Amino acid sequence: MSTTAHTIDDPKRSIWDGGQSPLKASYGKLMMWFFLLSDAFTFSALLITYGLVRSAHPAYEGAADAFSFSNNYWPIPEKVFEAVPFLHGISLPLVFVGIMTFILIMSSVTMVLAVEAGHRMDRKNVEKWMLWTVIGGLTFLGCQAWEWSHFIHGTDGGTVMKFLVNGEWIEKTIFGANLSVNQYGPSDFAAFFFFITGFHGTHVFSGVVLNFIIYYNTITGVYDKRGHYEMVEKVGLYWHFVDLVWVFVFTFFYLV
Amino acid sequence: MHAEETTHIQVQAPDKAKIRKIWMTAGLLAIITALEFLVAFTIPLEMEVTRVTIFVGMTIVKAFYIVGEFMHLKYEVKVLIWSILIPMIFIVWMLVAFVYEGMSIFDDRYLN
Repeated sequence: MSTTAHTIDDPKRSIWDGGQSPLKASYGKLMMWFFLLSDAFTFSALLITYGLVRSAHPAYEGAADAFSFSNNYWPIPEKVFEAVPFLHGISLPLVFVGIMTFILIMSSVTMVLAVEAGHRMDRKNVEKWMLWTVIGGLTFLGCQAWEWSHFIHGTDGGTVMKFLVNGEWIEKTIFGANLSVNQYGPSDFAAFFFFITGFHGTHVFSGVVLNFIIYYNTITGVYDKRGHYEMVEKVGLYWHFVDLVWVFVFTFFYLV
Repeated sequence: MHAEETTHIQVQAPDKAKIRKIWMTAGLLAIITALEFLVAFTIPLEMEVTRVTIFVGMTIVKAFYIVGEFMHLKYEVKVLIWSILIPMIFIVWMLVAFVYEGMSIFDDRYLN
């Protein structure tokens, strides 16, 4: 019935029948891609749960200038994150977080440049750009440590909040934040801050460790002996993913 | 072991156009981030739908350039591109379903 005849010497073969790589990528690179896909699901679960809990809480209604912290409604993020190191008491909404975003994007750029140098077997440049990437990652982690410290210790005056204890309303001044109570808004607000930025920070930390291992291997000539710099590319994928996740955290946690 | 393994490495000259493209992409990401700041401080909080739409739109543009250029997905085989992108449908659905659920929880708690 078939219009074309195939003999045993000339079998009809698709690219999926074996003997070649249909995705034209190495095993390691593919597995990194699919790991990142699964990691994207994990981060999405965290951010989407944030969306669910936030939309289940009352939003602040009123003029933005008259905003004050309360545990009765979800805070406006730019009123929470307005501190910058060495500039105590000055309101600079989202400036520090903007600097952190810029640092992470720049370290992503140095990573691409390291990958590009690796394609050319240019060890000197891979060393240079990997070192910059490690420095960028460490700077970001340092910024995040400061951000957490500030968030945990809180503002000078704290916030007076009302709590229902044993059927009676009690007023308390709350400073900073922990997992059960915080001065910025409902309890869940701080919990999500810790979980989402903490989970991302853990990824940045493991990324810095991986980047350092790559940097070390480059200096000691491991990839020159191997004949290719594909490990730089694989770890690069992970590092860009960490940057990508921060882009989403920045939008959904700090801007919206 | 073999000395020639480490001595005969050919370092190729950098491709100027490629490096230029990397910096152009970086510049674009920086500009979009700067625009997001501009929107955050110029469009009032009362216009929530407009703000959220612009922020989400710009985030998707940034994601496109990070994944496409930096992670090089744009230049991979089509099957690979789709096997990464199609599962994202689940995330979109999860977002819609859970935020809708959250609004129902709000109604139950505060309105009914």
